[in-house]
Amino acid sequence: MSLLTSLARLRAVEAGRAQPIATVRHCHLSERPMVFIPLKLAGEAAAPLAAMLGTDRDAPRLLVVTQPRNRDLRFAWAAELAGVLVPYVESFLGSTETVERRNADPYERALDAPQLLLPNRAGVAFTRLLGRSTRFRRTDGPYPVPQGVPLLGRWLTYFAERAAYPGSSLAMAATEELARHWASGQSALEDANLAALVAWITTGPSDEAEDPLVWPPAGPATDPGFDAEVLAPAMESESAERVTEALRTQLAPTWRLMWQAVDLLRALEPGAGVAQRWEQDRASFSGMAAQIEEGAPPQARRDGAVAAAARLARMERAQAAYDVQRAYDDPLVMAEYRLTGEAFAGEVVETVPDNTEGEGRSRKLRPLVVVKTDDPVRIPPGTSLGTPQRRGQGAELVSADGGLVTLKITKGMGRGRTPTPGAVPEPGERVCYTSLTDDFQGAPALPEAEATPWTHGGPPPAYVPADEDAVEEWS
Amino acid sequence: MTQAAPELTPEQVITAVLADLPRHRGVVVDSPPGAGKSTLVVRAAAHIAATGEPLMIVAQTNEQVDDLVTRLCDKHPHLTVGRLSAGGYVTPARLLDLPGVTVGTRVQDLGDPDIVIATADKWAWIAGRTWPWAIVDEAYQMRSDKLLRIAALFDRALFVGDPGQLDPFSVVDGDRWSGLSWDPLQSAVSVLLRHNPDLPVHRLPVSWRLPASAAPVVSRAFYPFTGFRSGTGPGERRLELTTGGMGTVHDRALEEAARSGWALLELPNRHTVRTDGEAVEAVALLAARLLQRGAVAGSEQGERPVTADRIAVGAAHRDQVAAIRAAGLPPEITVDTANRLQGREYDVTIVLHPLSGRRDATAFHLESGRLCVLASRHRHACVVVARAGIAELLDAHPSAEPVRLGAPVKFPDGWEANQAVLDHLARHRV
Repeated sequence: MSLLTSLARLRAVEAGRAQPIATVRHCHLSERPMVFIPLKLAGEAAAPLAAMLGTDRDAPRLLVVTQPRNRDLRFAWAAELAGVLVPYVESFLGSTETVERRNADPYERALDAPQLLLPNRAGVAFTRLLGRSTRFRRTDGPYPVPQGVPLLGRWLTYFAERAAYPGSSLAMAATEELARHWASGQSALEDANLAALVAWITTGPSDEAEDPLVWPPAGPATDPGFDAEVLAPAMESESAERVTEALRTQLAPTWRLMWQAVDLLRALEPGAGVAQRWEQDRASFSGMAAQIEEGAPPQARRDGAVAAAARLARMERAQAAYDVQRAYDDPLVMAEYRLTGEAFAGEVVETVPDNTEGEGRSRKLRPLVVVKTDDPVRIPPGTSLGTPQRRGQGAELVSADGGLVTLKITKGMGRGRTPTPGAVPEPGERVCYTSLTDDFQGAPALPEAEATPWTHGGPPPAYVPADEDAVEEWS
Repeated sequence: MTQAAPELTPEQVITAVLADLPRHRGVVVDSPPGAGKSTLVVRAAAHIAATGEPLMIVAQTNEQVDDLVTRLCDKHPHLTVGRLSAGGYVTPARLLDLPGVTVGTRVQDLGDPDIVIATADKWAWIAGRTWPWAIVDEAYQMRSDKLLRIAALFDRALFVGDPGQLDPFSVVDGDRWSGLSWDPLQSAVSVLLRHNPDLPVHRLPVSWRLPASAAPVVSRAFYPFTGFRSGTGPGERRLELTTGGMGTVHDRALEEAARSGWALLELPNRHTVRTDGEAVEAVALLAARLLQRGAVAGSEQGERPVTADRIAVGAAHRDQVAAIRAAGLPPEITVDTANRLQGREYDVTIVLHPLSGRRDATAFHLESGRLCVLASRHRHACVVVARAGIAELLDAHPSAEPVRLGAPVKFPDGWEANQAVLDHLARHRV
């Protein structure tokens, strides 16, 4: 936890209300998000019990497995779930745009993409398990499952994997996104309780969040008291209606909380980098849809050596870009870097707008700017700098001494002999510069999977779909 | 596996390593702190170059590459060395005058040297040529995905590194790969050995850096099953303070360190922010006093004063390092994080204990490699600054990391190693 977040938490305790730690929204929020609250049977790894889902807050769909120990009923439930989720996902595939690429063929990118909103991290993990237990099943052969179930598994797997991808908004846990924008006065562990976190943000902390009778757990685990006293007798009665109504009481409060969370997030202005990250989400979504279209096999159980390294490289890069973009989008996030000396803000006291370097044809405009700052500057001279105020520009630190920082604008000055008006900050202007920049070098190539070297076990055997794929010891 | 027994001399181990090279695709050499790893790399490089076959050397940082180039040229001036570098690399002055060294960004630019050397990151961009031999230095610091990118460049390789140092890490959560034999977040050596369990593993048995007062402590805490001994006996390394002290707690800590090789300057128990002002001040004062008191180090290399460049200050976090620097130390004193102190050597180190003043002991702070690096950089003495209460903090935070299926158990356990070091330091408390 950073210093500013710690301070915000202390203030939250003092004020009895969560404190904002972001000035803009750092995630995309869809016009039509799919809120998905799954529940599972206690004591089982991946036995679904119920799910409440939908894109309309007034019309949630409730899907229930009236006897979760019956595998046929479980997969009938999965088929029902597929009947809601898959059409929702596919509804975004209709309208696309053509994207030109350098050194590659143009491709079709969906104009909008689906968004899955789950209550918490455990919900995402359960979605991953559901995907794993359904994507390898077949609609024919031994133990067939209903149509649509394997496809559902592949989409659920996709969403769960995107949830772990830094900066992606295709699948989000409400508690995580809220905690990224507000600091409550409780621990990070307690923040994973949606009811408690929403209470901190809206009305102030309340003991009711801990009371399963008022706010049942947001899943996927259910309250043990409810399991023993309500659910077990209902199941024994073999009345589908009784089980359904019992589970509705557990899901309806969380449903209301989820839409409250949506409203809270929607009230924030989106940050400048959100659209760009959502564009990458749309591209990823289109890529996944294209793979399914082409009949690619379901996602592998485990990443091979090359796939793991490639995924790690993509995720590390996305994480770095996400951190930088958030800092550029949000002065409150940038403040963290100002505290650690990786950024500084202050007032321009002097400029040399027509400073040049080089002679003759290689003469370049390199305006000098002197900034007076109170921040501790721990950036060595010669470091490249960027600024949120002028995104296209790059600068270089010349010297930093006694609260005066001299920097030289090195990029984005054009070819003219004098700078265009407004390109160089005027004396008196408040500016912020940082050594964080998101121009990353591309990653070096990895070998093809078939060329996995001897140090990593050699080439893996090719995947051949088999009936045994469907067998999972724990499902 | 040909495990080197502690009785083996370093010379015997090196001979065995060189003899194993042509017999196996890969050879691993574990080297405890200061056990002559670089010497081995230089010897092996010369040995391979003598056969007339081209050799590539992989190191992890530009400093390590430059150090190796300097050492190679120093010991074997007849060898031609090509130093591959990235675009923005500025060749340091010490490399410019070396005979037989060419620097370039492309293999073609180097001519045809006996040895081509670069960082793992740079090697990842090279393709279209293979080398019969490779030496991978600091292989335990190298993430296995980096090895994956360069493994096709060589036929056989010698992997050298210190297993007790910090594990490679990532800014993203790598749980999804834990337990896989090719987990990209594991070190290059662990992945290599999991896929090739029959490769020989040798171990350098003697630390030339650590004094007799430190080798047993570090060996027991961080290398519980693969112990090593110090190259010098008790009393062979001396640290003398030439001027008298004023009896302050800092002076007494330095005197204790000079006498026994260790000292623990304990501050009152308190929970603090990471950049604990009092602790930072104590560290800075210790460094300043050490210079003022005119410490002289006597060893097998003769007597020499402990000048500022022979002193290092280590901490766990970058903001702590920045705070200590800001406290006004002479610029010649190295102040850095454990990460960056890896592989370095000083006469005296002053360490801000990673758990000092903390309320919790996270996996980051419990990682045994971090404390191991901090506690094994010195030739003469190590002074640790810590707030009281670390033992209680450890007791309140036993290792609670989830156990992953298929993930190899890591020894030593960070919790236990921390306790062992603390237990030893308690005897040198002031």
